[in-house]
Amino acid sequence: MSAHDTAPHTPVFTGVVRAKLDVVLARYPTKRAGLLPALWMVQEARGWISDDAMAEVAQVLELTPAYVKGVATFYTMYHLHPVGKHFVQVCTTTPCNICGAEGVAEAFLKHTGCGDLGATSPDGKWTVIEVECLGACGFPTPVLVNDDFLENVTAEKVPEIVKKYSA
Amino acid sequence: MGYPHKSHPKETVVLSQYFGDAEARTYDGWVKRGGYQALQKVLGMTPVEVTDVVKASGLRGRGGAGFPTGLKWSFMPKEKSKPHYLCCNADESEPGTFKDREIMRWTPHALIEGCAIAQLAIQAEVCFIYIRGEFTDPWAVMEKAVEEAYAKGTLGANAMGSGKRIDMHLHRGAGAYICGEETALMNSIEGKRGNPRIKPPFPAAQGLFALPTTINNVETLAAVPHIINRGADWYKALCLSNPKSVGTKLFSVCGHVQKPGNYEITLGYPLKDLIYDMCGGVLKGRTLKACIPGGSSVPFLNREESEGCLLDYEGCVAAGSMLGSAGCIVFDDSADMVYQTMRLAKFYAHESCAQCTQCREGTAWTVRILQKILDGDGTSKDLDLLLDLADQMTGKTICVLSDSCAAPVVSGIKKFRGEFEAYLKGARRAQVAVA
Repeated sequence: MSAHDTAPHTPVFTGVVRAKLDVVLARYPTKRAGLLPALWMVQEARGWISDDAMAEVAQVLELTPAYVKGVATFYTMYHLHPVGKHFVQVCTTTPCNICGAEGVAEAFLKHTGCGDLGATSPDGKWTVIEVECLGACGFPTPVLVNDDFLENVTAEKVPEIVKKYSA
Repeated sequence: MGYPHKSHPKETVVLSQYFGDAEARTYDGWVKRGGYQALQKVLGMTPVEVTDVVKASGLRGRGGAGFPTGLKWSFMPKEKSKPHYLCCNADESEPGTFKDREIMRWTPHALIEGCAIAQLAIQAEVCFIYIRGEFTDPWAVMEKAVEEAYAKGTLGANAMGSGKRIDMHLHRGAGAYICGEETALMNSIEGKRGNPRIKPPFPAAQGLFALPTTINNVETLAAVPHIINRGADWYKALCLSNPKSVGTKLFSVCGHVQKPGNYEITLGYPLKDLIYDMCGGVLKGRTLKACIPGGSSVPFLNREESEGCLLDYEGCVAAGSMLGSAGCIVFDDSADMVYQTMRLAKFYAHESCAQCTQCREGTAWTVRILQKILDGDGTSKDLDLLLDLADQMTGKTICVLSDSCAAPVVSGIKKFRGEFEAYLKGARRAQVAVA
């Protein structure tokens, strides 16, 4: 994390990204309403949202950095520290849980070399977390790998999935 | 057409007719299937006329509360002195529920048409469809469909050549169950933390950006074009026994059943037939132990109660639970009810927005006490403590997240007390049931 923190922040909201934000802002009567979309744009561009990036968002939307941080920390999908190249979210809430979801999460930890939930693998490629309900309970176990929504994942299928993304 | 299974002959297929049919996702494919005729019709009606049709149909909110939709629309100011908004709640996150996901993935134009009709009924030029951040596939499908609807002139400044403006925007959530609560959702769109607001004021008076707002669930809005096309009487006649609960409802069935998936049934259908007939029953060699009929926020039903339950708003209450969002979680005899009660409590502890003390502290302590019991360190006083805590968490907070955490705990202890006591006696150890 330290390497990322010390790197100087280069602005996100320039050129195409700024234009994209302006299109979004035109939909709302307040600039503040652009906050969630703006944070998504930062994450899309940089992979995570640093304090410096939050300060930039604050400036663009005429908010305070503290306000932006207060909102960013409320929502669990925003990464406030760097994560692996492949960010894996395994649903382990009750409906999936009774169908073996915890075994799926364990298999991801084992085969990616992450070791612990929330930790990033030594090669920087993987971070695995358990999430609460992904809203696809009829397809146990749903797993998000970045934006790819996988259904019916079983512990047995995990090595193949890890191999595919590692290639 | 069913998805992921073929339709069962006893389903009443209305909303799910084109699930699994990729062509229905496109604008032209939707028009070919009769799409946008209802919107065309509504463009020639007054807002009151549209609202009256929906009122007469008996349609009730499909997000969980079951509030009459037409009545909700009628709360909006008739004389428009400032902008009105429509919010579509597509933040589907209630454990056990995955119906809105399929509506958006397969019939995005049904939702767009339903939103547009609702906008005309409540005089809202702008609609925000709030989709949970994890729904990457539904987002992509909806984004494309909205773009197409604009390109065809169905949405925009001159919707279908009517001279009326209908704008629609997608807004992406970022991982917060509580944003499915209507006022939290509005705060979230406004760029705030997703904390529910104290009501009143109700959204129809001061909603999004403090302006008159109506918020409806995806499934509710998707049903509207059918009602306009086929009439209120047709919808009202979709009734098995209880005239208060009419129409079709998508039931998401998951857990220990042979064929999990979405099943569309006429309200009033027996839960027993849904589980044993449509879903093929529980897994081979197992028996039904419990069912949560309406998403994780409603009480457990034991086997006997499940087998006697009729699936409508009143029927589920009579059986000892609620219809909720119709996310039906089935547990067979391999399930450890103490562990699963803890998992449900953990969900609510994780998702509490933390503004009310009873919820912030209550959900966290419920998990800790249940974990202590699972670890074999519980005493007989812990069950009373859990029930006392649940009592303090019910009816005392701004929203019902806290109540929703208490529901499975109270019903779990009441209906499966023997399993809790076995842990207290040290007879059992924590184990995860694997299908």
